[in-house]
Amino acid sequence: MENRLTKLFREKRENLLNVYFTAGFPELESTGVVLKTLEAAGADIVEIGMPYSDPLADGPTIQQSNTVALRNGMSIKKLFSQIEAVRPELEVPIVLMGYLNPVLQFGIERFCEEAARVGVDGFILPDMPLHEYEEEYQPLFLKYNLSVIFLVTPQTSEDRIRKIDALTNSFIYLVSSASTTGNKVGGDAKQVQYFQRIQDLNLKNPKLIGFGISDRSSFQLACKYAEGAIIGSAFIKIIQQPENLEENIRGFIREVKAPEAVSA
Amino acid sequence: MKYSVDERGYYGNYGGAYIPEMLYPNVEELRQKYLEIIYEPAFQEELQGLLRDYVGRPTPLYWAKRLSEKFNAKIYLKREDLAHTGAHKINNTVGQILLAKRLGKTRIIAETGAGQHGVATATVCALAGLECVVYMGKIDTERQKPNVARMQLLGATVVPVTSGSQTLKDATNEAIRDWISNPEDTHYIIGSVVGPHPYPDMVARFQSVISEEVKQQLLEKEGRANPDYVVACVGGGSNAAGAFYHFLDEPEVKLVAVEAAGHGVDTGFSAATSVLGTLGIIHGSKTLLMQTDDGQIVEPHSISAGLDYPGIGPMHAHLWETGRAKFYSITDNEAMEGVVMLSRLEGIIPAIESAHALAALHRMELKPTDVVVLNLSGRGDKDLATIINYLDNIEKPHGEQTN
Ligand SMILES: Cc1ncc(COP(=O)(O)O)c(C=O)c1O
Repeated sequence: MENRLTKLFREKRENLLNVYFTAGFPELESTGVVLKTLEAAGADIVEIGMPYSDPLADGPTIQQSNTVALRNGMSIKKLFSQIEAVRPELEVPIVLMGYLNPVLQFGIERFCEEAARVGVDGFILPDMPLHEYEEEYQPLFLKYNLSVIFLVTPQTSEDRIRKIDALTNSFIYLVSSASTTGNKVGGDAKQVQYFQRIQDLNLKNPKLIGFGISDRSSFQLACKYAEGAIIGSAFIKIIQQPENLEENIRGFIREVKAPEAVSA
Repeated sequence: MKYSVDERGYYGNYGGAYIPEMLYPNVEELRQKYLEIIYEPAFQEELQGLLRDYVGRPTPLYWAKRLSEKFNAKIYLKREDLAHTGAHKINNTVGQILLAKRLGKTRIIAETGAGQHGVATATVCALAGLECVVYMGKIDTERQKPNVARMQLLGATVVPVTSGSQTLKDATNEAIRDWISNPEDTHYIIGSVVGPHPYPDMVARFQSVISEEVKQQLLEKEGRANPDYVVACVGGGSNAAGAFYHFLDEPEVKLVAVEAAGHGVDTGFSAATSVLGTLGIIHGSKTLLMQTDDGQIVEPHSISAGLDYPGIGPMHAHLWETGRAKFYSITDNEAMEGVVMLSRLEGIIPAIESAHALAALHRMELKPTDVVVLNLSGRGDKDLATIINYLDNIEKPHGEQTN
């Protein structure tokens, strides 16, 4: 099965930039603008956060964006219609990230069906148990040609990493350190050792490093040990102000990707 | 036992472990080891010793004569209010601190609502010489001030939580985030039968000492181990789980779970999860949960901080679904009347949480021959400010009740 994600990884396996933003933030109708600007600015993957009242794995910046988005009236249903409206103009792979409860209330089959219909390529559902995916949801995700992305942390055992690698067909989300989103990647010896250890496992799926990637130097560091990286909280800070949204996004992405642009 | 947890961590349709990968190694380690550790003879010996000499167990089973007269039934109070630190919460924290030491952990975190679990955790951390950080909603730090002072005196750091509803739900979120960031040295002592498996079962086992004692005590006093009713309040449900535990498979014992209706179940200011909740996921567990149609968690309300929670433990969701327990919801006002009633009738000032269980006696159709065991989960000292404020307001005409 092929979707925009798997196609991307067939064609490109280095310096991949995945940018996370919260749907409906800073304003309800920002979603489409942010999506379009990110693709134009050169993001390789876009990860859209579905806001939740209780985002357990997120630090203060993303929590706050979730609160604002919910106050703006954001919902899964609304998000699907926003994606549908801009999808024809876009090529970039879209991944939805969110907590399981709102998805279960929406209905998991209906969620997959709608996601596929509007052009979503995969999901990250951090609190979905691995065994539940295997036993219940996998056939559904396959039916709708949706990739599933699992997290790996410094504490995840090798057995479990191999199992995750076998279960997914897109990428592995390498959590940079024991932390919620938004903490800095320091690149200290322990962290580098962890990245190295994962690299040496020779997994079949590419790895994107996330949590704490905030700028050019942390992006470059991540790209040394993995096929790419995910920027979340730092990008949320960039789009906090609705004024000059597009300009700010372009400036930020240009800066993060600078060396590539220079060598090209 | 068909009401106990199954090997996959579920009570019927409820339970499981819905946690991000960052928590998986810690929760999995607990799952693999908790039963083995808890039932090791050396662990049991240490635990039983502490429960006896430090906590002051067994707590009395007290025949409340004037209360019995009022309701025309034979009512016993299980005096968890007399346990060290003033509530049942210590039964669980004593157990978990011994477990944490065996897991080699050096730092303890906890969430707290009323502050009773925070105090009970700070207490056992002082006892064990371990660092203690307690997350508490900012609103709760204000309405349970004496408990904040107690925790600090015991050497704990109290972190006021300003996200979301600033009560128990968000304190729990913040504790979970701390655990994500400190996976290696830290053990999270959850204060109720909530959270991912194995927490609900582990906490229920530590609290089950309540019903174990009741059985013996009732046999001595009544010549029978089983009462007609066991009544307990339910926030997350740990005191109820402990009070019900050894009666779950005794069908002649009717189990009564009492939730907080807040201003009333239809007012939008309530914490009556069995009435207002639907199947969902909260704090890593699939259970009944107060939520919007979009699956966003709703902010609850109760005058009692310990019941101000939008979910219930998965065991109770199962007891509700199967009809094994009957659920009542009691308003803030009814609970406060319960506080005054027990104070005046028996000379016992109950926690506002426990007063919800007392108020439910009015709803139950009791016969003179009925033997009722009501779990008096805690004492009311911590609630004095709220109680005084309430009494001041009702004495004034048009007085609006406040927190
Ligand atoms: C005295 C007392 N009773 C009851 C509760 C509610 O908790 P649970 O439902 O877990 O027993 C609390 C919680 O803080 C409490 O302090």
